[in-house]
Amino acid sequence: MTLLQTPLYSACVEQKARMTEFAGWSMPVQFGGIKQEHQAVRDRAGLFDISHMGKFELRGPGVIAALQRLVPSNLERLKQGEAQYTVLLNPEGGIIDDLIVYLKSPPASATTNARLSDIETVTLIVNAATTDKDKTWLLDHLADTGIELVDESRDRALISIQGPAAAALLQPHTPHNLDVLGRFAHRDTALLGQLAWIARTGYTGEDGFEIMTDPDTALALWQMLTAEGVMPCGLGARDTLRLEAAMALYGQDIDDTTSPLESGLSWLVHLDEKGDFIGRSPLETQKAQGVSRRLVGLVMEGRHIARHGYPVLHQGDRVGTVTSGTLAPTLNLPIALAYVAAPLAKVGQPLEVEVRGEPRAARVVKRPFYRAK
Amino acid sequence: MAFEYPETLKYLDSHEYARADEDEGMVTVGITAFAIDQLGDIVFLELPEIGDSLEKGEKFGTVESVKAVEELKSPVSGEVLERNEALIEAPEQIGDDPYGDGWLVKIKASDLEELDDTLTADEYKDQVGG
Repeated sequence: MTLLQTPLYSACVEQKARMTEFAGWSMPVQFGGIKQEHQAVRDRAGLFDISHMGKFELRGPGVIAALQRLVPSNLERLKQGEAQYTVLLNPEGGIIDDLIVYLKSPPASATTNARLSDIETVTLIVNAATTDKDKTWLLDHLADTGIELVDESRDRALISIQGPAAAALLQPHTPHNLDVLGRFAHRDTALLGQLAWIARTGYTGEDGFEIMTDPDTALALWQMLTAEGVMPCGLGARDTLRLEAAMALYGQDIDDTTSPLESGLSWLVHLDEKGDFIGRSPLETQKAQGVSRRLVGLVMEGRHIARHGYPVLHQGDRVGTVTSGTLAPTLNLPIALAYVAAPLAKVGQPLEVEVRGEPRAARVVKRPFYRAK
Repeated sequence: MAFEYPETLKYLDSHEYARADEDEGMVTVGITAFAIDQLGDIVFLELPEIGDSLEKGEKFGTVESVKAVEELKSPVSGEVLERNEALIEAPEQIGDDPYGDGWLVKIKASDLEELDDTLTADEYKDQVGG
């Protein structure tokens, strides 16, 4: 199979990235080393090529109203220039994908044209591995609405700069004052003299920006920022960073069989604020009856590392499964996310994780494991 | 990237090396510079207890990086004489000196001829692509 290459592929290879297959793309897993890249993001800033992620633009009348039927979050809360992290649900209340919905400001021409002003434009950033599945689901459910879906996944580049110094490092390259761009805010602006879209979002637990632009501008930005000493980072560090921040990874911590009420995403389920949506009824039942399992954070008491798929035990009985685990580089502790039986999903609860046949002590801790200062 | 593979060592295709001390009938086992590089930042080592008996080709421990868990295979059958306690405490240092201070266990071999089917440095080097 020929792997897809992002516009930054050659730059990454030149910068000595070790490449790996991810969702059909050839992606950098690490440059200098996962721990070093991880620490750079926590201390200063790191740069990620995330051009493999799915990028859809939805345009037409009533985009938000149509999307309201597909997600459990109340998207009517969104103002132009704001964004919401949410999930697409199947009829069983399982998660088809997690994504960010960005409601865009109308193009300048729309303000003088009454008819155009009804048009809403929304950008969706979805997972790479689920891009095709999401697209099919969206097209099926947006049919006959007059809403157009433009798939920009392979045409546009997406770069993420993350870390406490991200704003200071990005600011010289754009005329837009980044100080006024709040968390989860976004806008179309200029970057290196070209059009670009900048969102203050990320997947690391740090402040940072995700920048969508044409391939050439993305490459120029990548070269410029790395030349200025911003550390290029791969998927390895992206995974350890998101795990310390206890952010779910689709296909690993959440999937078609897990509901947002089980997976620690209750905060994005707004049952009382909105009408019907796909998956509403099973979520209502779960809410009324209580869920049987919950995703929790675990810290191992020793040095053994819990990994995806390892059994979770309580007094010798199987009570759950680890979904993600690593040695947290910032905390220097083995951490994990795991589904456990709901009665045991209490902070401080002692449990065991079976590591290669041996039960090893662990305890439930508050998520996230790491919070930016 | 070119790594060193000392001529005096014997290698397994699973990336362990063995240094045989013919006089003592003892074998020192570690993992190659190539394996250490491939694993990335190594954060955890699990090694057998002193006195444990090992079987040639069988798992005797694990090495974990941030991303992955790999099993360690023993190049010989025998009894564990020593394990590298310092490295268990500071596994990230394994890459500093893979063929010296980065050793993992010392084994009292039941039969040194068990090492006859291992790879030479050149054979191993060919296998991992130089």
